[in-house]
Amino acid sequence: MTTTTIDDAPFIEPSTKARRNYLNDEYGVLSWLLTKDHKRIAIMYLFSVTLFFVVGGVLAFLMRLELLTPEGDMFTSDTYNKLFTLHGIVMIFFFLIPAIPAVLGNFLLPIMLGAKDLAFPKLNLLSWYIYMIGGTFGVIVIITGGVDTGWTFYTPFSTQYSNTKVFLTTMGAFITGFSSILTGLNFLVTTHRMRAPGLTWFRLPLFVWSMYATSIVIMLATPVLAITLVLLMVERVLQVGIFDPALGGDPVLYQHMFWFYSHPAVYIMILPGMAVISECVAAFTRKKIFGYKFVAFSSLAIAFLGFLVWAHHMFVAGISVYSAMIFSFLSMLVAVPSAIKVFNWTATMYKASVSWQTPMLYVLGFIGLFTIGGVTGLFLGALGIDVHVHDSYFVVAHFHYIMVGGTIMAYMAGIHYWWPKITGRMYPEWWGRLSALLVFVGFNLTFFPQFLVGYVGMPRRYHAYAPEFQVLNVLSTAGATILAVGYLLPMLYLGWSLKFGRKAGTNPWGAVGLEWATTSPPPKENFHETPVVTWEAYDYPAFLKAMRETQHV
Amino acid sequence: MNDFPLFPEQASSVSPLVDGLYLGLVALTGAVSLLIWIVIFYFAIKYRRRPDNELAQEQEPPAALEVTWIVIPTIIFIAIFVAGAWVFFRINRVPSNALEVYATGRQWMWKFQHPSGQREINTLHVPVGRPVKITLASEDVIHSLWFPSFRVKTDVLPNRFRTMWFEATKTGTFHIFCAEYCGTKHSAMIGSVIVMEPTEYQRWLAGGSEGSLASQGEQLFAKYACNTCHMDTATGRGPVLAGLYGQSRPLTNGQVVLADDNYIRESILNPQAKVAAGFQPIMPTFQGQVTEDDLIRLLSYVKSIPAAGTQTQQVESPQSQLQSSGAPTATTTAAPTTAAPTTTAAPTAATTTTNQGTER
Repeated sequence: MTTTTIDDAPFIEPSTKARRNYLNDEYGVLSWLLTKDHKRIAIMYLFSVTLFFVVGGVLAFLMRLELLTPEGDMFTSDTYNKLFTLHGIVMIFFFLIPAIPAVLGNFLLPIMLGAKDLAFPKLNLLSWYIYMIGGTFGVIVIITGGVDTGWTFYTPFSTQYSNTKVFLTTMGAFITGFSSILTGLNFLVTTHRMRAPGLTWFRLPLFVWSMYATSIVIMLATPVLAITLVLLMVERVLQVGIFDPALGGDPVLYQHMFWFYSHPAVYIMILPGMAVISECVAAFTRKKIFGYKFVAFSSLAIAFLGFLVWAHHMFVAGISVYSAMIFSFLSMLVAVPSAIKVFNWTATMYKASVSWQTPMLYVLGFIGLFTIGGVTGLFLGALGIDVHVHDSYFVVAHFHYIMVGGTIMAYMAGIHYWWPKITGRMYPEWWGRLSALLVFVGFNLTFFPQFLVGYVGMPRRYHAYAPEFQVLNVLSTAGATILAVGYLLPMLYLGWSLKFGRKAGTNPWGAVGLEWATTSPPPKENFHETPVVTWEAYDYPAFLKAMRETQHV
Repeated sequence: MNDFPLFPEQASSVSPLVDGLYLGLVALTGAVSLLIWIVIFYFAIKYRRRPDNELAQEQEPPAALEVTWIVIPTIIFIAIFVAGAWVFFRINRVPSNALEVYATGRQWMWKFQHPSGQREINTLHVPVGRPVKITLASEDVIHSLWFPSFRVKTDVLPNRFRTMWFEATKTGTFHIFCAEYCGTKHSAMIGSVIVMEPTEYQRWLAGGSEGSLASQGEQLFAKYACNTCHMDTATGRGPVLAGLYGQSRPLTNGQVVLADDNYIRESILNPQAKVAAGFQPIMPTFQGQVTEDDLIRLLSYVKSIPAAGTQTQQVESPQSQLQSSGAPTATTTAAPTTAAPTTTAAPTAATTTTNQGTER
């Protein structure tokens, strides 16, 4: 993969070979594999997570094909169970969690701070290698027969009953966790220590605030996952009773430990999406984000409250009525900071200069879909409704509205928005708009029917289902087909643009931010001279004035 | 059944509550979401980029908006919490006059046992208009018993009894699903609940059985030689179990325990955990020897022994109970099984066991 990039590199700025940038600064495979440049590491992550996204997407599509008919007639039950398990594991651990932080965050965070690199460049490279080792475990699992526990690894099924590759899978997830931890650590230290002169906390782009909150969650939650998975492996391999009642353990304890990580992990996935949306809203409305401090602190509030709501995954799992009430109440509170963000983004568009370019289309899609995902979260947080819809397709629809309608829409917005900065080339605008439209339509057709079929009574993780659920499932599969086209198109035209795309200038969007103050693609050290920040976040007139002055000098 | 339902049947007393809350939330959140989308698209079109507004006008909406959209949603969210919790209480509070049924989940079937002794697989017969309390246990992994038409669901755990209840309000046949992923045939761990008119239900109950659950439990009580220590008089090495169920009892460690389903379960499987005051921790564990089905029978028996002095037949012959094998069912207690058949006439060929969906 990486070699392709190297071959392509000379094409990126063919006419200005004299100007060095991070892509043409060095050549050769080793210059990539041993790089300490956060931008090159981001590119390596881009290829890796895209690969896993394709794998996870193919698994999902096979599932949708099986679900065209009520009978389980395409795959065996075991194969279907492996499909949804691997889809979940690949998408969550190997795509959603690293996608925005490790690709866009890695590339942009140091530039937005006016720094030459992250605080620990070698750790950054190490995190990519750890991720690849974890990913290799995942690939080995897929090749050697798969795993069928569901991505949640519930005990005692996972420790005593499943005869699939549980150990290798949990090992892969365990290892990959450390790559997240290193990235989070790097972001935290860099944000604290390496801000450019004049870049105070309240001048930081909201992207940085959100990444900062994400990093805190990663640092505090991921070790708990690691511990939980180790305990699971210990029980499975050494038969030490921790979760299995036959050995004296408690299966509900596993769920507490698992969700203590995995609920915050939802915020590890969505906070970076919010980070991207804040930047794009500011850029494509040419306006200061309304309520900057509220948006910034809402990220921290989400990070904090996100740790206090894990048992809302367990309302019918065997917790007491009173603890269910407490977790339901706290779950309602965590919805408030998300609502604050949506309202502020909306208010930012008031009397703005709204561009309808591709990233903004994805942003509009994000706000629409994330709103649906958010309000259906209220349904699930309301105890009386959750008893009915828990573990039904209603839940499946809800978290796909958050993860796909939220995080992936934001990721697509971010990739398009920063593509000119990363590659120095513009993508074809009309193809971009078409793909955004396809993704939006396909997504809704795929997942909206799942709310309905879930409330009617279709349980999740069902290989075969009752015939009355078929119509809605057929709609869902039709939508998935459109969605697949919507995701394939960008891979094609973005690849095309590397060679044929119009060359992007320093600031093709007329946006605000330090990343738009350096060349596209940026030089290896990000800036030719250390920038001095004299403007508040998203202050267009001040930023443009500062840019004019530095260019005249 | 409708070929293409967009809404599940309302067939239990809590269904209208859950649906009311659900539809209320659909209306509320739908209206708010629609409002957000309208505002966004209105702004996106009205303030679209044109040559004369290349830069935004930098006019801020009033800052008081922030407080508004923090306070109002918080109040709404808390109201949703209160409504949800209220329905949840209704779903969880088991009426005292509920009929009892026992359910066991295993890979990949549901077994139901009625106190009068009927056993069914993947089918559950219940009367309409009467609360039914199900005591659940799992023989292997975690399952979840879901009655979509009743809007209730409970995870079934391998290490404790759980309870759920519903009151069917409509006769007919409705789905039973396993909602917690449990392995290969998870999606085949399904069945039907058949809601019958009370008279029909009585007729169904009357159709053959192997004696009440409690009497089956009493046989097991003898088979496992429980009665050698748990005698009917306070002379045994174990506590007297008569009248124990539902009472609070002191333990050797000074604590007091309520003798409920899970205490009895724990005392059989892990007797050293909570030893009754005044007794030695000498009881062996029955973990691995007693199946979930037998646990239910034993539980049913223990629950059925009336307190000393309130009964007549119970303490008749301790001698005969010592004979462990083939204990005579003739001496069984008149167990207070709730729905004892009132008529023995015409057992209308109602089968005790229906088996569907367990074959692959």
